[in-house]
Amino acid sequence: MIAFAVRRFIQAIVVLLAVSLIAFVMFKYVGDPISQMVGPETPIDQREALREQLGLNDPVPLQFMHYLGDVVQGNFGRSFRTGLAVDRVLLERIPATLELAIVAVLYAVVAGIPMGVYSGLYPDRWLSKFFQTVSLIGISLPTFFVGVILIYIFGPTLNLLPTFGRGEVVHIGFWSTGLLTVSGLKSIILPAFTLGMFQLTLIMRLVRSEMLEVLRTDYIKFARARGLSNRAVNFGHALKNTLVPVITVIGLQLGQVIAFAIITEAVFQWPGMGLLFLQAIQFADVPVMSTYLLVVAVFFVAINLVVDLLYYVIDPRLRLDRAVAQGG
Amino acid sequence: MTDTNTRLLYRIYDSDIGYSFRKSRIAVAATIVTLIYFLAAIFAPLVAPTNPYDLASLNLSDAFTPPAWVEGGSSKFLIGADDQGRDLLSAIIFGARMSLLVGFASTFLAFVIGVSVGLVAGFRGGMVDAILMRIADIQLSFPAILVALLIDGVARSVMPSDMHDTIALWVLIFSIGISGWVNFARTVRGSCMVERGKEYVQAARVIGIKSTTIMVRHLLPNVMGPVLVIATIQLAVAILLEAALSFLGVGMPLTKPSLGTLINTGQNFLYSGEWWITIFPGVALAILVLAVNLVGDWMRDALNPKLR
Repeated sequence: MIAFAVRRFIQAIVVLLAVSLIAFVMFKYVGDPISQMVGPETPIDQREALREQLGLNDPVPLQFMHYLGDVVQGNFGRSFRTGLAVDRVLLERIPATLELAIVAVLYAVVAGIPMGVYSGLYPDRWLSKFFQTVSLIGISLPTFFVGVILIYIFGPTLNLLPTFGRGEVVHIGFWSTGLLTVSGLKSIILPAFTLGMFQLTLIMRLVRSEMLEVLRTDYIKFARARGLSNRAVNFGHALKNTLVPVITVIGLQLGQVIAFAIITEAVFQWPGMGLLFLQAIQFADVPVMSTYLLVVAVFFVAINLVVDLLYYVIDPRLRLDRAVAQGG
Repeated sequence: MTDTNTRLLYRIYDSDIGYSFRKSRIAVAATIVTLIYFLAAIFAPLVAPTNPYDLASLNLSDAFTPPAWVEGGSSKFLIGADDQGRDLLSAIIFGARMSLLVGFASTFLAFVIGVSVGLVAGFRGGMVDAILMRIADIQLSFPAILVALLIDGVARSVMPSDMHDTIALWVLIFSIGISGWVNFARTVRGSCMVERGKEYVQAARVIGIKSTTIMVRHLLPNVMGPVLVIATIQLAVAILLEAALSFLGVGMPLTKPSLGTLINTGQNFLYSGEWWITIFPGVALAILVLAVNLVGDWMRDALNPKLR
């Protein structure tokens, strides 16, 4: 177990180093930082002095080390567009994106698992077929189009829910939350529904196919033969065994959701990291782009690491396989 | 010649896969829909009522004409006109053409990169394999949309801004293609490792055929089945990605709109009630993606030996 954890941890560090190398290369070679900092009338010798002073003439590996040092201290440079420190700007935006992502995943799990279990247990009922059809449409409908339709229905047509922004937010320390005010809660419904819809269909389809597979196995037949109640067999035996892949997928989806939030945030003008990143792309604001990449990479790597370790803890067969493979 | 062709066609029709295709109504319907899209895209200049790129023919007084069956609609614009007085149906047909062009080209790019990497990694093994697959793992831990957005963004920062519109198509193909190679590589590598040990490969090696020839002529045809399935699914993914990028304003420009661009322009008019400008391109996109997905689904099941 410890060897496995250490190996995964080293792998995670390698991934982060690779990503920071990409971020550094972007930072260094895309756009000239000097021309962003000085006016057009600055003479060349002053520019060169500034270049020297900032260490831009140092050997590239040394510059990379400096960059890593800066990043570890939370110094990501200044936005080309606004001139503000990138870490401050991004930190302000993180709560909005995380709240949206977590609410979306929660909703997808709470609705998706029961739907999947139902259509796995009774594949021939019309409701299951309805779920299947809806899920297929859900996978094919682009997120942004779902958002646009929802805006049209709940905005101008019914005038029921706010269709842009976060509503009122409450500040708790550095964290700003919209989950404690009525307008904030109303505002999150449409974006979270849009963002969670794809995950919901994914979870539902996965649970369904896992259930169908597990229900065919011998130990389920044996459990029925032992005269256990349907409930005990379906939930105690079948569902429990489907949960390992489901948990993995949900974990990995949390990372995907953070990335997909870019689209949802654009549709609903949700003031999160994704919207910031999108604006950075449109304005070629490299420091913001590379920092977003780093922050998101940290999220992804952390999530992947936790999921892998959890997987190992939950599924005893994995440990057994490894022990057998190692001849133990 | 024609005789052998008909016999080949009959053999395909009569094969297991042909049978499972005929039996699945959904697959047949999805294929027909997909083909209609392909044909409409290829022959767009002939099929579309007007040429949406011809800015001179546009008349601003036609702007916001609703669909023909709605009050105020005109038979000239069957499903309405957009904010510039462009016939929406023509815009959608040409938009689908753009979407499919980017979809196919980027899928092809992903295919070429992925299959080459997979063949080399699976055939050579060892260090090469380890390095290539680590790169694939790292990329796979990032969602395709993020990779595509990032490449798109970097390309935009490097290029001068007045060139953005002219190179948008190439940037899109490149960024979506790069974001999609990993699945090809992993699948090909997996099948390659199985095939590598088989006798026909050993025989080819013994008689001294070059490794590259073995990879391309002997291994590749034997791993094509799963690759085709992935290519179909990747096509749907690529079309969606392109639409998303265009919707976000970093894809196809307004002068050469794809379906995503059309949806993006249309959403500005939702609040003033001109719903058709965004809804119809969206529906067209959704049906296209759904049809391609269904074909892919059927292919995956039909080619999966476990389900036979």
